[in-house]
Amino acid sequence: MSYFKLISIAALSFLLAGCPGTPEMPDPEPTDTTYGGDAGASTSGAGNDPYGGGEFFGEDLAGEVGNVIYFEFDSSEVRAQDQDIVAGHASMLNSNPGLRVRLEGHADERGSREYNIGLGERRSQSVRQMLMIQGVSASQIATVSFGEERPVAFGNSESDYSQNRRVEFVYPN
Amino acid sequence: MLRRIGLFAVLAAACVAPAHAELVIDVQGIAQPTPVAVVPFGWEGRTPEMPADVAEIISADLLRSGRFEPIGEDKMLQKPTDGADVDFQDWSFVGVEAVVVGKVVQTGENAYTLQFQLFDVFGRRQLVGYRMPASRGTMRGAAHRAADMIYEKLTGIKGVFGTRVAYVTARQQGDGRLYSLVVSDYDGFNEHTIMESEDPIMSPAWSPDSRQLAYVSFEGDKSSIFIQTLRTGNRFRVSSKPGINGAPSFSPDGRKLVVTLGGEEGNLDIHVLDINSRRTTRLTTHRAIDTEGTWSPDGRWIYFTSDRSGGPQVYRVPATGGTPERVTFEGSYNARPRLSPDGKRLATVFNDRGNFRIAVMDLERRDVLVLSGGRQDESPSFAPNSDILIYATRQGRNGVLESVSADGLIRQKMRSSAGGDVREPVWSPFPRY
Repeated sequence: MSYFKLISIAALSFLLAGCPGTPEMPDPEPTDTTYGGDAGASTSGAGNDPYGGGEFFGEDLAGEVGNVIYFEFDSSEVRAQDQDIVAGHASMLNSNPGLRVRLEGHADERGSREYNIGLGERRSQSVRQMLMIQGVSASQIATVSFGEERPVAFGNSESDYSQNRRVEFVYPN
Repeated sequence: MLRRIGLFAVLAAACVAPAHAELVIDVQGIAQPTPVAVVPFGWEGRTPEMPADVAEIISADLLRSGRFEPIGEDKMLQKPTDGADVDFQDWSFVGVEAVVVGKVVQTGENAYTLQFQLFDVFGRRQLVGYRMPASRGTMRGAAHRAADMIYEKLTGIKGVFGTRVAYVTARQQGDGRLYSLVVSDYDGFNEHTIMESEDPIMSPAWSPDSRQLAYVSFEGDKSSIFIQTLRTGNRFRVSSKPGINGAPSFSPDGRKLVVTLGGEEGNLDIHVLDINSRRTTRLTTHRAIDTEGTWSPDGRWIYFTSDRSGGPQVYRVPATGGTPERVTFEGSYNARPRLSPDGKRLATVFNDRGNFRIAVMDLERRDVLVLSGGRQDESPSFAPNSDILIYATRQGRNGVLESVSADGLIRQKMRSSAGGDVREPVWSPFPRY
């Protein structure tokens, strides 16, 4: 079962990479990426250990599954180390058909605000697609983009920016 | 193609801090502002003082424009309140090029007449004389109107002293943030918070008659577009579809909004929303992000941001539908287009060597002028005279507002005396007197 999931994640990454809806923007400035803000993210991994995957954790709603994943500059592609987190949520949603998740997409503060709403939405949609490919029903998922309007880090270093480029999984109630 | 303006070609820096104002304004003017005199106004009324110091309001307006330097009262050799008493030789000796005199006369319990005259000192002639009614509540507005008339006579450019600015502030409150939508006079006076929310407020836009603001609110953790009437505070929700509802902007006739809708699939496209019927017409279908639509002043085109070519660039599409065409080619990032009210120039958020700055493109000559010097400047908005832009920039961790003349020579900084993050300024149309 987890083998199948990993295949679909790999296929999805391939799809997303070639998807015209997620164009690569020319990088306006070199990005020095440090991911200081991954506290909520678990990085055990699909990439390093594809067959030994063990079990997906978090059948209940306890905070074992990371609730935030982070993105590269101008990218909406779920990073390899975060795919387990998405799979964990997919598994939870699949086994609880009554459960609803809200995917909140966010962008860093650079550039125009409404355009950043679009970048945040692109991120939440990329997670939504990944959940749906793993069997989650569209009716269980809502997306919202806050663009740069709800930062968690308020400085203007790359480390601040990288904490703000994120999708949060929110379970209302 | 790309010209750059020296940001420090500036001499005078004056600080005007009006009491009770939310915004504190620093003016950086041109090297040689024209010296003028605004003589203290006469007062004929039943109370010791006139309802508002009209001469001071006019003086402050002229000073803030960056083009004039009103002299101090102590330098005046005479203080006439009537044109007949103006001694041109005295004013010529003092070195001013223009003199304003006037008075306020009380005509009823809450009724006044404000009159003023503007003189050309070297030409020894009156340029304009005007008399208008006012009440206590409209006295500031009447003084701004006088300043508008004086400014236009002296420069040939319509004054914007009677206009207003709307903007959004965000400040820390407990664990969260409090977002406010604020409207004030252009000089920071008469500040009113018209909406407050713990959820983000975005993208305010003036109706062409200045009576309403459209904006995006995230109350309930989803985006909706509202239109709110300023006088009454009443508002109605005009768009609350699944997914993104964003970036409203009024049509020149005020009957429609151009909006961005994303739908469940999250494909942001430009739609026109008829305000009365709530019917929407989709103008773009591309899979890219299409957003930040804005009407051309003649109503024929809608300019918008799209990243269909990779990075964001400005495109335009006929307002009645058609094939989009690309407008900007200079630089890797052009977003949030706004046209000057005279239709001649296009302002964008522009990537200037890694910094996000405000640029203006002349639509005929197609040359691009970078007008701001920050790292994270955004939300350009033209004043209704097309001569000034206001935008948001960063100062430390907070957003502050700056304005700059379209030639880049005169710059003003407006920071919120109440603290917090000030952003998304939008300049009102001309008031209807």
